[in-house]
Amino acid sequence: MTSGSRHYGARTGMENTMKTVLLISALASVLIVLLIFVFTMKEAMPAFREIGIREMLSGRVWRPGNDQFGILAMIAGSGLVTLGAVALGVPLALGTAIFLSEIAPRWISGIVRPSLELLAGIPSVVYGLFGMVVLVPLVRAIPAPGNVGFGLLSASIVLAVMVLPTIANVSEFAIRSVPKGFREGSMALGATKWETIARVIVPAARPGIISAVVLGLGRALGETIAMIMVIGNSVVIPAALNGNPLTIFLSRARTLTGNIAVEISYATGVHESALFATGVVLFILIMLVNTSARYLLQSSISRGGK
Amino acid sequence: MTTGNKTAAIFGLALMAGFSACGEGQGNGNQQVSGPVEISVVGSTTVQPLAELLSEAYEAVDPNVMITVSGGGSSVGVKSASDRSADIGMASREIKDSETADCPQIVVHTIAYDGIAIVAGHDVDVNNITMEQAGDIFSGAITDWSELGGASGVITVVSREEGSGTRAAFEELVLGEEALITENAILQPSNGAVRTTVSGAPGAIAYISFGYLDDSTKPMMINGVLPSAETVSTGEYPVFRPLNMVTYGEPVGAAAQWLDFIKGEDGQAIVAAEGYLPVN
Repeated sequence: MTSGSRHYGARTGMENTMKTVLLISALASVLIVLLIFVFTMKEAMPAFREIGIREMLSGRVWRPGNDQFGILAMIAGSGLVTLGAVALGVPLALGTAIFLSEIAPRWISGIVRPSLELLAGIPSVVYGLFGMVVLVPLVRAIPAPGNVGFGLLSASIVLAVMVLPTIANVSEFAIRSVPKGFREGSMALGATKWETIARVIVPAARPGIISAVVLGLGRALGETIAMIMVIGNSVVIPAALNGNPLTIFLSRARTLTGNIAVEISYATGVHESALFATGVVLFILIMLVNTSARYLLQSSISRGGK
Repeated sequence: MTTGNKTAAIFGLALMAGFSACGEGQGNGNQQVSGPVEISVVGSTTVQPLAELLSEAYEAVDPNVMITVSGGGSSVGVKSASDRSADIGMASREIKDSETADCPQIVVHTIAYDGIAIVAGHDVDVNNITMEQAGDIFSGAITDWSELGGASGVITVVSREEGSGTRAAFEELVLGEEALITENAILQPSNGAVRTTVSGAPGAIAYISFGYLDDSTKPMMINGVLPSAETVSTGEYPVFRPLNMVTYGEPVGAAAQWLDFIKGEDGQAIVAAEGYLPVN
């Protein structure tokens, strides 16, 4: 054995050790997700067994004191508030991303980008506080019978601002990653700047933008404390307050996350288990969102490749 | 994946150990030989501020004792005393039959009584309601202030969440066995948040502990009686509940001495000074 090959042997030994270390780090997250799911599922089993999965998912009444554990209202609440947040937040975030990557002069992006980072760093309880004392009274001014300000609209606005930095940052990255040649080619063909952005750059960045929106969706579904503070927490299926269907967003609601957080400190027995079951439903919902995102991403990449 | 499953099982078991049943815990730190004796007190957020004052007062008298008070809610208080994860549990309601059935060894010490006031926003022009009307408002049978002789306007019911000791006591005392708080109620997870909501929302009504009464909301008279410690003690004001400390078995050592201090003259003086009712 020459000294050179011994040196080489030591290096492969080091390589292998590092490989194992990195593999373990990577597997840790898989293991943790698995552990959390198994444990939550295990705690939720008594509720699923005693109440029944279908009864839980389709039940409109949640009265733990009366042994009624329907979470349909909370599923509707989480769904609607997320929808509202996406409807308000995505256009704003996309606008920000396009402006920052394509239009903004350096000095303006030097102000906008740190502000976005700051926005992402504000703790959610502060968002909740702001929503409670500033936003709720503003929303209360909208004339509709039974509108008290607490409800889906206030919650959607708070949530839209909370997901804005996530969606804007990831979208901006996606737009910046579009090869320069696309822009130059489009301009060379006589397209205006706006046409280039709308017809060439944004479509090319679509996979990245979709994953940005889905990341935002995940964050929106999981947000808890800010929602508790502004959404009213009533266990009702949101309904329009008058003839205008949009007033559904003035209705009070409760989110799946809020249901767990508000009641877990008091819950015992089946009630406690039903809250874990709420967690399982949330878990599966987020998994569905992520899986469909991956599917959308793949199909949009393969379409783009054609 | 076999190793993964095994690890998951072990980890799961470790977590489950936290959910031990009646009397299985390690017990308290009273057997410590040297250093300050620690007493852990856990439970109701209504009792918590009072317990903190009482612990400070006692620590000034007996510097060898260290009392740590933390919240979690009445149910957590009873549970912690039952499984001995805390020396003393706090509950702002009567102990349920199911709780004594789960752990017959628990002993209840009533340290004070606390009234529950019905409060409304300052925009509400109704000042007096009967007990029956109160029940109807909170169960959702009465939904407009005009039904109570006030100016027409929707009643917005604000309530604590399911499981809160204040809510349990209020439901039992005002709504009776059958009725439940309307599901249209805005739910807020603390006395303070309830108060903030009532002061802002139009036509709002709620119930809060006497300890949280201030100028931001308007207390309602029930059958012509204003809520106060005085009207509760004369028996005129009907909505009040006991504030309880719960121990596993008869208390011993420092915990027993602290509870004696609370029930004694000095402790009860603090109870009265804070706007609660002394035990006798």
